[in-house]
Amino acid sequence: MSAPQWNNKVVKWVDDRLPVISMLHHSAYEYPTPKNLSYMWNFGSLAGFVLVTMILSGIFLVMNYTPHTSMAFESVERIMRDVNYGWLIRYIHMNGASMFFIVVFLHMFRGLYYGSYKAPREMLWWIGILILLAMMATAFMGYVLPWGQMSFWGATVITNLFSAFPIIGDPLVTWLWGGFSVDNPTLNRFFSLHYLMPFIILGLVVLHVWALHSVRSNNPTGVEIKTPQDSIPFHPYYTIKDLFGMGVFLIFFCGFVFFAPDYLGHPDNYIPANPLVTPPHIVPEWYFLPFYAILRSIDFTIFGIPAKLLGVLAMFASIVILFVIPWLDTSKVRSSKFRPVYKWFFWLFVVDTFILGYCGAKAPDDYFMGVPGLKVIVMGQLSTLYYFAHFLVVMPLVGKMERPKPLPASISESVLKEGANA
Amino acid sequence: MRKFALTAIAAAFAVTAFTGGTAKAAGDAPVPAAQDWSWDGIFGTYDRAQLQRGFQVYKAVCASCHSLRFIAFRNLDGIGFNEDQIKAIAAEYDVEDGPNDDGDMFTRPGKPSDYFPSPFPNEKAAAASNGGAIPPDLSLMNKARVGGPDYVFGLLTGYEEEAPEGFDLADGKHYNHYFPGHQISMAPPLYDEAVEYTDGTPATVEQHARDISAFLNWTAQPELEARKALGIKVILFLIVLTAMLYAVKRKIWRDIEH
Repeated sequence: MSAPQWNNKVVKWVDDRLPVISMLHHSAYEYPTPKNLSYMWNFGSLAGFVLVTMILSGIFLVMNYTPHTSMAFESVERIMRDVNYGWLIRYIHMNGASMFFIVVFLHMFRGLYYGSYKAPREMLWWIGILILLAMMATAFMGYVLPWGQMSFWGATVITNLFSAFPIIGDPLVTWLWGGFSVDNPTLNRFFSLHYLMPFIILGLVVLHVWALHSVRSNNPTGVEIKTPQDSIPFHPYYTIKDLFGMGVFLIFFCGFVFFAPDYLGHPDNYIPANPLVTPPHIVPEWYFLPFYAILRSIDFTIFGIPAKLLGVLAMFASIVILFVIPWLDTSKVRSSKFRPVYKWFFWLFVVDTFILGYCGAKAPDDYFMGVPGLKVIVMGQLSTLYYFAHFLVVMPLVGKMERPKPLPASISESVLKEGANA
Repeated sequence: MRKFALTAIAAAFAVTAFTGGTAKAAGDAPVPAAQDWSWDGIFGTYDRAQLQRGFQVYKAVCASCHSLRFIAFRNLDGIGFNEDQIKAIAAEYDVEDGPNDDGDMFTRPGKPSDYFPSPFPNEKAAAASNGGAIPPDLSLMNKARVGGPDYVFGLLTGYEEEAPEGFDLADGKHYNHYFPGHQISMAPPLYDEAVEYTDGTPATVEQHARDISAFLNWTAQPELEARKALGIKVILFLIVLTAMLYAVKRKIWRDIEH
């Protein structure tokens, strides 16, 4: 790929000194992309779009928000009532957080299904996990800022998790809080970090895209690009496809913002924070529920390690384990399309995460879906067991034992075959 | 390919429906029945006459214990009062102002820019006058309770004169079907003819409860009508835009086997 020749003198002058235009041309225009990407490949660009939306709406919220325990709640209501279109900016930001996780979870499930984490895309996958972790930290701290009841008690519960660590636990929590309880110093530092983290995510996204462009996109067949016939330039083919996907996504997003803005939130967060009144059910936002269920499902000690510490470790492990799946998965075939056995386990895993989410939302002593005798805590434990077994047992074993279907010789061949069948 | 797009959309809806539903299903009290509200649905708007009746109930009944601290008199234009009416309403209240040039606090009649004065000077005073329970601020009540207006309506009409057989009702508490734990400090606030409506609407407990629930929905979501009106335009625009993008996409991809 030789550098393009620019006819416009200004463009040429700039590009000779700083090849930013060549770089854009190289990575957003001619970037060779597999021609067979499905709509499941839309969620990466959508995630980037939501990130920008969140940063912009956040910048405008900060202009009117006051990070102080005695004024935070009021300042948010001020935004909702007195700032021009403040309600719109806040509802975009509030629902945008949920949209970000919906899009990123779908992006990750797609990566899991098509084996996008396998060589040579391990670094790409790792950076993605780091982005998820940074998003979770950002979302958690952002939820604290309105200083409602769930803000306060969510912050108290989650920061208290660190007290589970032996010896350093309690000093660590005091250090995180900046005092002896969640209070004004906590709110101030969360606000500062909540403003910082998105830019760290942005940096990670740059690395993520860089890694992507050096190893190229995976595709539904999991077969690499072999000849020029297998790929098409990113522009105009995928720019228009991404734009169309963005239109569909915006309809979904705006449906929430304008017609059900509080649907995904918790009513308790419209009650100002009160350290003296504990809400009957402290529940995190929906995107944390599966992890919350894993945390709570450990209610037993092993080798004298207390349940709380085990729960915290299990919760962190549920994400950290994603780092090693490129090696846990022993199959030579990337795409589950050609993996008749693993495919079923993949969908079981998806169902498992939904069950975990359900369990995270319910009280441990409730009955699972109203089934008599089946406690939520037990169902949560079974689902937690499968969550880890999927990675630690199913991935290595099925990869070795299963006989994959024959792979197409190339992307073009699979495209032609599907075209003939249709 | 298309199958997967559908799967994705279905999954996105499933995630939201599922999580929203489960996160809200907490609590042991019975779920109050869903009522018909004028603002239900995509095109629903507030009924100004109902909001004004509800405001009348707030002033006559609720305001003696419950504050409304996020609402200023000037906001009342949202329920259909004009400037003169707002000035007159504000002037009915005494508002503390100051300090003046002598350094003294003084009271003066309210102005449209003032917020509704709270019935108690502080939380301690509120608790002392109400048997230890603090009457909550009502500005955000409809957003701060599961069920919103249905809950508020259910609570106001859910009193029972006698607690059921075997229920141990504490002193100074009242039995309510929908209050968590069934023991509420607030005495049944509404009774027939609690307020005389000027528009001839029958002044029953149920009607009072319906009107105050509507008024509190407005105090919680004064932006509701503007939000829905803008939302309809935005969604229509997006549908047209997305359809055109799809047409362009089809045209660009026409010659590509994929």
